[in-house]
Amino acid sequence: MDNEQLIVVSEFCAGHHIEISFIESLGQQGLINISTIGEQLAISDTQLPLLEKMVRLHYELDINLEGIETIFHLLGRIEAMQQEMRELQKKVRLYE
Amino acid sequence: MEFVDYYSILGIDKSASPDEVKKAYRKLARKYHPDLNPNDTAANKKFQQINEANEVLSDPEKRKKYDQYGKDWAHAEQFEQAKRSRQQQQPFGGGGQHFSSEDFGEGDFSDFFESLFGRQSRRGGSKSKFRGQDYETEMKVNLTDAYATHKQTFTVNGKNIRITVPAGIEDGQKIRLKGHGGEGLNGGPAGDLYITFSIVNNTSFKRLGNDLYQTLDIDLYTALLGGEVTIDTLSGKVKIKIKPETQNGTKIRLKDKGFPVYREEGRFGDLYITVHVKLPTNLTEEQKKLFKQLSEMK
Repeated sequence: MDNEQLIVVSEFCAGHHIEISFIESLGQQGLINISTIGEQLAISDTQLPLLEKMVRLHYELDINLEGIETIFHLLGRIEAMQQEMRELQKKVRLYE
Repeated sequence: MEFVDYYSILGIDKSASPDEVKKAYRKLARKYHPDLNPNDTAANKKFQQINEANEVLSDPEKRKKYDQYGKDWAHAEQFEQAKRSRQQQQPFGGGGQHFSSEDFGEGDFSDFFESLFGRQSRRGGSKSKFRGQDYETEMKVNLTDAYATHKQTFTVNGKNIRITVPAGIEDGQKIRLKGHGGEGLNGGPAGDLYITFSIVNNTSFKRLGNDLYQTLDIDLYTALLGGEVTIDTLSGKVKIKIKPETQNGTKIRLKDKGFPVYREEGRFGDLYITVHVKLPTNLTEEQKKLFKQLSEMK
């Protein structure tokens, strides 16, 4: 397994010009996992793509936390269905 | 080059207020944003058009110029060229290039936009940088190739990408190549490329996690009296001992002869051999007689 790297939330926020309170809210909503290193908040690098997407949805499209949660839920379902479709297509190909 | 009707792209009237432009843009951006439409190139293209329309109509100067020339945009180009050449003739007239050499991805905005506002003008009025679309692709890897770390080259959107596929990659496993997705808009970063591996089993082994499974046919005599059998594993041939009186369905575990553990060099799963005893057929009269004698000795 890869070693997980932690990114300090304040650095992430400074780089993206966003408020720390937004990340904290995402954590409270259970949309991301926030760890604590000493007195600093940190997130795992594996969550970065997800978090960056949430930041874009909120800051570029004005979507609130509830909207983000709903979108991710639906995107997850779409992805699961697409995966299922790919697997079924594979099976169908075996019989063609 | 065709005239682009930015008002119709945003679905608004020519008299729309800046607030109405903003509202229409937000509404459409929410519908076609690349994050909400993964792997949808049509939505991505539509999003670029919406973005371009917003770039023009949300900027009072650009909107004025667009409204002024409208469908006569071709004349606008001639007019602008004439104006530029006049300014260049003035030694210190300030008419030259005002823009920095900041680079923008090709293909973000239409030729129409470029001809009306010039290539560099796209950055002036834009406030939002958009990250490019994430791409997804599937890569087929033979099980025998997935056994060892190897390089593989593939093409995505005309670009050749060479990646290292680590040994032990699983079927359906996804990896992310940062910045190898679609170009960003308005100087935004490029999206990422997600590769889903599809492992094609080109062997007789069955793979479950890091362990491999195989059935081994042995004859009745070896099963009863024991012996040695040479089998193929993914790392080469291996001799295994068959104990006397081995039962049909017996499982033999060959430690570390399975599949490599992903990103854990030197660690392997196990190989499980299920023994299948093949009974002899087409017995001779003598063999039948001997088997009968054996059965009577019970």
